[in-house]
Amino acid sequence: MMMRLLGVVPVVLGVVLLTFLLVHAVPGDPVEVMLGESASSADRMQLRADLGLDQPIYVQFGVYLNKLAHGDLGVSIHSKKPIVDLLAERLPATAKLALLALSFAILIGLPLGIVAALKVSQWPDKLANLLSLSISAMPHFWMGPMLMMIFALWLGLLPVSGMESGTAVILPALTLGFSLAAILTRMTRASMLEVLHEDFIRTARAKGLTERAVILRHALRAALLPIVTVLGLQLGSLLAGTVITETVFSWDGIGRLLVESIEKRDYPVTQACVLVVALIYVMVNLATDIIYTKIDPRVRFAS
Amino acid sequence: MSLKYWSVWVLALWVLAAIVASLVDFQPNQIHLDLILAKPSFGHLLGFDDLGREILPRLLAGAQVSLLVVALVTIITASVGIMLGMVSGYYGGWVDRTLIQITDVFLAFPGILLAIAFAAVLGAGLSNLILALSITSWVGYARLTRAQVLSLRQRQHVMAAESLGSSTLRIMLKHMLPLLAAPLLVEATYSMAGLVIAEASLSFLGLGIQAPNASWGAMLRDGVRYMLIAPHFVLAVGLSLMTLVLAVNVLGDRLRDYLDIHG
Repeated sequence: MMMRLLGVVPVVLGVVLLTFLLVHAVPGDPVEVMLGESASSADRMQLRADLGLDQPIYVQFGVYLNKLAHGDLGVSIHSKKPIVDLLAERLPATAKLALLALSFAILIGLPLGIVAALKVSQWPDKLANLLSLSISAMPHFWMGPMLMMIFALWLGLLPVSGMESGTAVILPALTLGFSLAAILTRMTRASMLEVLHEDFIRTARAKGLTERAVILRHALRAALLPIVTVLGLQLGSLLAGTVITETVFSWDGIGRLLVESIEKRDYPVTQACVLVVALIYVMVNLATDIIYTKIDPRVRFAS
Repeated sequence: MSLKYWSVWVLALWVLAAIVASLVDFQPNQIHLDLILAKPSFGHLLGFDDLGREILPRLLAGAQVSLLVVALVTIITASVGIMLGMVSGYYGGWVDRTLIQITDVFLAFPGILLAIAFAAVLGAGLSNLILALSITSWVGYARLTRAQVLSLRQRQHVMAAESLGSSTLRIMLKHMLPLLAAPLLVEATYSMAGLVIAEASLSFLGLGIQAPNASWGAMLRDGVRYMLIAPHFVLAVGLSLMTLVLAVNVLGDRLRDYLDIHG
């Protein structure tokens, strides 16, 4: 366990370094790109000094790390507000969206995968396969507008976009949830199929358990392990998906903040958004690994 | 023509369309002001977009961009990834540990987030789009190659070649690479499906090909705006993208089953 926790340190440092280098990947002078050509030379000098761009690069990285350790992500060029505040404003919206999407994915994907495995090669399996393949081929910026067209514009059941109404979160969450559900369905099916051939399932049936108990208590529990791992990894595509989905639905979360900062060339904000999302992902994966050891007593971290 | 291989046919059709579009000038940027958002008709099968440009030629031009980007990024990332993976898996030691650390860092950025960030700071345009996608998609090849080479190194034919004094380069290219081809092919197929979506995503966010040139992502963004009055626009682009991604994914599944590769 300790080793796994320590193993995160170099990854986090690498993530910080790579996001730090982002601003240096700007072709030409980043200050000019960010402020535009009309900016006064005093403004430029000011920004250059604020960003520390007049220092050698290793000094800049040291300063960046030091600030980061004190919870300081810099100041937005556009709004002049501390970036930490901007992120804190937006984080709850993204968390709400991501958690609801995850719930939708589990509610749809898990049962569909189980049914597909139980009726393998029959029509429910084929239907589940067709659904998951088609949905996997639908990027969020295509799925989102389609759901919007059907549920908001034609049926008028849900708000088109924005955050005013309580039900506004449903469509973006479905957009993200469906694509995760597609992967979850395939994973659950494969994992269940493997488990259903095991001896202990035959034993469970032979001792006269109901089919429901065999499937839910014996098979699903064993099949859940690889599913949890994949779910942890796939949360990454869900997090990345918020960038597009939030843009499509005008949902004011971190993803939309990222896109807005790109449009305004407010690169310190872009940098901070990327860093925070990557760090969240690293932590989620760490948590998944730890949960894994809790579900399966056989798994222990190598010491 | 068997329906079983529809994925191959759909893919071949798109590749053919892209090649034709690069050879013949269908004037995808030609504006007809009297035909703005005109519905599909007999002479103009998919109708017109919000600026009065015919959708079908733009769709073909978009396919051309999409497939060009996917092909170039795949060639670049597969070469770099395979090379790094081989060196890392073959030599082991600190070289291997360094590569693993670096790939871990890249894998810590979820999905296309890093590509979005790089595309944003590099600026718009075809070459920056290819660069941004290349920086972020070599990792899969490197990890796969390394894992395979680790086990191949213990194979008898490799040890025999080593004891006969074959050069390392010869062992890698003649004795290892052919055995890596099958899993790498499957990896490349899935990666290509991801790249089609990634390219469209970046263009959708305005980070890829710039106007007036056509790309599927940018066309979808415009199409969504006119979804209610001209659904043919968004449907044409969305369904095209879907068929291409679906075909490549199904091809990947088929290849995996055919070549009997697990995981």
